[in-house]
Amino acid sequence: MGMRPLLLLPEMLLFVGGLGALIGGSFVPRQRQWLIRVLTVVVLVAAMAAAAVQLAGPAQRAFEGTYAVDTTTGVARILVAFGTLLVLALAADEIAASARESETYALLLFATTGTVVLAGADDLLVLAVGFLLASIPLYGLIGLVNTANGAEAAMKTYLMGALFGILLLLGVTILSGVTGTTTYGDLTDRLTQAPAVAVAAATVGIVAGLMFKAGGVPAHFWVPDAAQGAGGTVATFLTTVPKIGALIAVYRFVLVLPHTTSWALLVAIFAVASMTLGNLAAYWQTDPRRLLGWSTVSQVGFLLVPVVAAGRSDLALPSLLVYLAGYMVTNIAAFAVTAALPEHRELTAYGGLARRRPWLAAALLVALLGLVGTPPTAVFVGKLTTATAAWDGDYAWLAVVVFVNTVLSLFYYLRWIVPAYRHADAGMVATEQVSPLRWSARTAVVAAALSLAAGLAAGPLWQLASQQ
Amino acid sequence: MLSLIVFLPLAAALALVALPRLGDAPARWAWVAVAALDLALVSVVWAGYEKPAPGGLAFEERAAWIPGVNSSYHLGVDGFSLPLVAMTAVIFLACAVYALRERHRPRAQAALFLFLQSVSLGLFVAADLILFFVFFDLSIVGMYFVIAGWGHGNRGHSAMKFFLYTFLGSLALLVGFIGLYVAAEPHTFDMPALAAAAPLAGRPLAGGLVLAAILVGLAVKTPTVPFHTWLPPAHTDAPAVGSAVLAGVLLKMGTYGFVRIAMPMLPQAWRAWAWVVIVVGVVSVIYGALVALAQTNVKRMIAYTSVNHMGYIALAVGAAGLVAADTTQARTVAVTGAVTQMVSHGLITGALFLLVGVLHDRAGTYEMGAYGGLAAPAPAFATLFAVGAFASLGLPAFAGFIAEFQIFTGSVAVAPVTAIALVGILVTAALFLRAVQRVFTGKTRGNSVGFTDLSPSEIWSAGPLLLLSLVIGILPRPLLDVIEPASAAVVGLVGR
Repeated sequence: MGMRPLLLLPEMLLFVGGLGALIGGSFVPRQRQWLIRVLTVVVLVAAMAAAAVQLAGPAQRAFEGTYAVDTTTGVARILVAFGTLLVLALAADEIAASARESETYALLLFATTGTVVLAGADDLLVLAVGFLLASIPLYGLIGLVNTANGAEAAMKTYLMGALFGILLLLGVTILSGVTGTTTYGDLTDRLTQAPAVAVAAATVGIVAGLMFKAGGVPAHFWVPDAAQGAGGTVATFLTTVPKIGALIAVYRFVLVLPHTTSWALLVAIFAVASMTLGNLAAYWQTDPRRLLGWSTVSQVGFLLVPVVAAGRSDLALPSLLVYLAGYMVTNIAAFAVTAALPEHRELTAYGGLARRRPWLAAALLVALLGLVGTPPTAVFVGKLTTATAAWDGDYAWLAVVVFVNTVLSLFYYLRWIVPAYRHADAGMVATEQVSPLRWSARTAVVAAALSLAAGLAAGPLWQLASQQ
Repeated sequence: MLSLIVFLPLAAALALVALPRLGDAPARWAWVAVAALDLALVSVVWAGYEKPAPGGLAFEERAAWIPGVNSSYHLGVDGFSLPLVAMTAVIFLACAVYALRERHRPRAQAALFLFLQSVSLGLFVAADLILFFVFFDLSIVGMYFVIAGWGHGNRGHSAMKFFLYTFLGSLALLVGFIGLYVAAEPHTFDMPALAAAAPLAGRPLAGGLVLAAILVGLAVKTPTVPFHTWLPPAHTDAPAVGSAVLAGVLLKMGTYGFVRIAMPMLPQAWRAWAWVVIVVGVVSVIYGALVALAQTNVKRMIAYTSVNHMGYIALAVGAAGLVAADTTQARTVAVTGAVTQMVSHGLITGALFLLVGVLHDRAGTYEMGAYGGLAAPAPAFATLFAVGAFASLGLPAFAGFIAEFQIFTGSVAVAPVTAIALVGILVTAALFLRAVQRVFTGKTRGNSVGFTDLSPSEIWSAGPLLLLSLVIGILPRPLLDVIEPASAAVVGLVGR
């Protein structure tokens, strides 16, 4: 054991990069803020490279065993940094040379650091730090747009975050109180003797708190508002990247719990509630961003399915990581399409898109069918393997629920695809002149292509995710 | 070789999409050329085909795909898949020829159909459940765009209904596949391995549930009563080539699943539930025929005869599950008949849908009442349609007769009560004769006046399909020689 701070090089790079962006931004004139964007890109690429180097090495622990540097953390670091990188491409259209450009980058990097810390936390206190570090920048990011919707969304997120943050901290307090330790390794041993009621209450608090970061039931209320009210860049980021850290954190945490608590059932209930509620609520949305917001709530439900099988099926962890990777690129592709057409705030505005912008429409098609789980996209592989993991872990009914919900979700995604591939009616002529923003459109196409490629190359991806 | 056959059309489709400057005429002809080339490759495979060892596949290809869940890119053909692969290639070539006259976005249409061809061929040669599912699902997506993009009438609604209904079925199928995977030891999605292992044997409840999930998935796609309600609107509003592919190829994905997946992998459950399959088959036969009889819309009528024809297949594969000591021969005949019926129905109904498309092209309606005496202005059309109708009702000398004769020989020998399904043949004969009479005979009236006869592309698309069905009807041996060993093998597996 020991501190071994070098193991945390990617996290340090991200955090120091955030500080650099914040300070550097105040010295760079507004027209030159793109320099900060370049700095952010460099930081993210460097963090990915450092993470990749460590991924090749053996699993280790840093900071007296409170932080795991293993395959899971490595994959999470790369996914999180890569996701943020794709989000930055959207920023190049939306917030270039705006008043809060460098601050946005700084906040994105802080939130990214927090997400990675969540994914690597092997200690309740580190978990709490990661939670706060990932959450607080988000409030600022959502509030950056100066609109009524944005303000409401920021307020809602802040209140939800405060409430569920307290729940999380309460859970942490209870567990450390009854066991006298906070590291997962010790908790695993001592929790078997701890009073079951206290452990159960703490489990509910911690898992619910993490659901705020993941954006799933019961802490999902902020997601649709934030997706709708925030800017395109921020909406894409907060519905995609923090989920990676939060879900891995839940996975690591439940492995600590003794079999006397029925945590699997609790997670299964959260999963079913998230996917069902997200799907039903998405049905009649007319704003594409809000629709996607609800769709991400349902995706969290699907992503929780392998967590249920944690410790019961060998497929659980690799399937979770593969699904996270697929979800990240697919969801970014879908959001990038809306970011490329910021004026299209109604599903009907997408009428005839296939005719006018075939590539963008194709990206939308791949992204939305991908989110449904149509093969051969990466989310299909994720859904298939997570459902298999659940069945393998004696939760066959959960696998059935996953596919029933998949059918439910198809309907609202089709509500968006159908107009895009139908001929434009007379009423749509007005929007025909709108040309998509360049960087966002490219990001959409690239992310959609990646989602296809990741599905086809699922074998190597799986190999990477399941190495010890 | 099989990979080339499967992905050649897809590569051509991508090329068509990527070359926007290509004119309409080159795009149409490129489609014909690629479909013809693919058919030539399939003929090469057929010529080089040798019966694989029991439980094995010919022209096998295998590469790792997702080794973590034991799913591989595994292709191969046997006596069940080879005839369907050949039929698929023939039907898509016929569609390519038929679409030479297409005026509505021909380049996109060609690309979409080439995509569908890849997907359909891939499904029939897949030897891995996940690979099978990938193609199964993509066929739905492709057909959705065919109906929504090139259909007529209430196409958006019909396409949506088709998509939602068959997608639901496909997910039921996937649940069943996962059940098979989890039950198998070691866990695998490989079809030959699962057929050899027969997981869930000795667990009647779990086996029954997994079979139920798979049967629902296949029954929706086939479709059998009571899951057939998506079919009539989809066919009515689909373009002619779309209907031909839907009826000729996509429906076979369901029936192929019975003999490829359900029977060999879940033999015990199949035997236990054989009577359910038989009853569903008989009901589909009779109900499909009676409802078809009540139609006034020619295309809708043919759509319902598909329900009837698919019923014969369900009947035969159900009868194959009634295992008794001295009926092995009869059950093998029934299964052979079922697979022959898949090929025969594909050719004949494909041709009929192409021909019926002519009605809409010329006069914009499929209503029988809108025509009369059409034989006078359009003799070629009348001849081909009459030939198709007679072939479809099971007249000797056509493939349909060979198929249905074997189905009934086998099924009645195993379960005499199935003879009541013969009523279906009688009703089908009546309805086809009535349709031919109302549309083609009598005084030329209504939309028949000034009706243009078939163009060369229409003759050369539907004609060869009917000719092929005639050839199979007269010389069935080459086809049956391929199918029979596979039938004997699957009957042996079900009897385990």
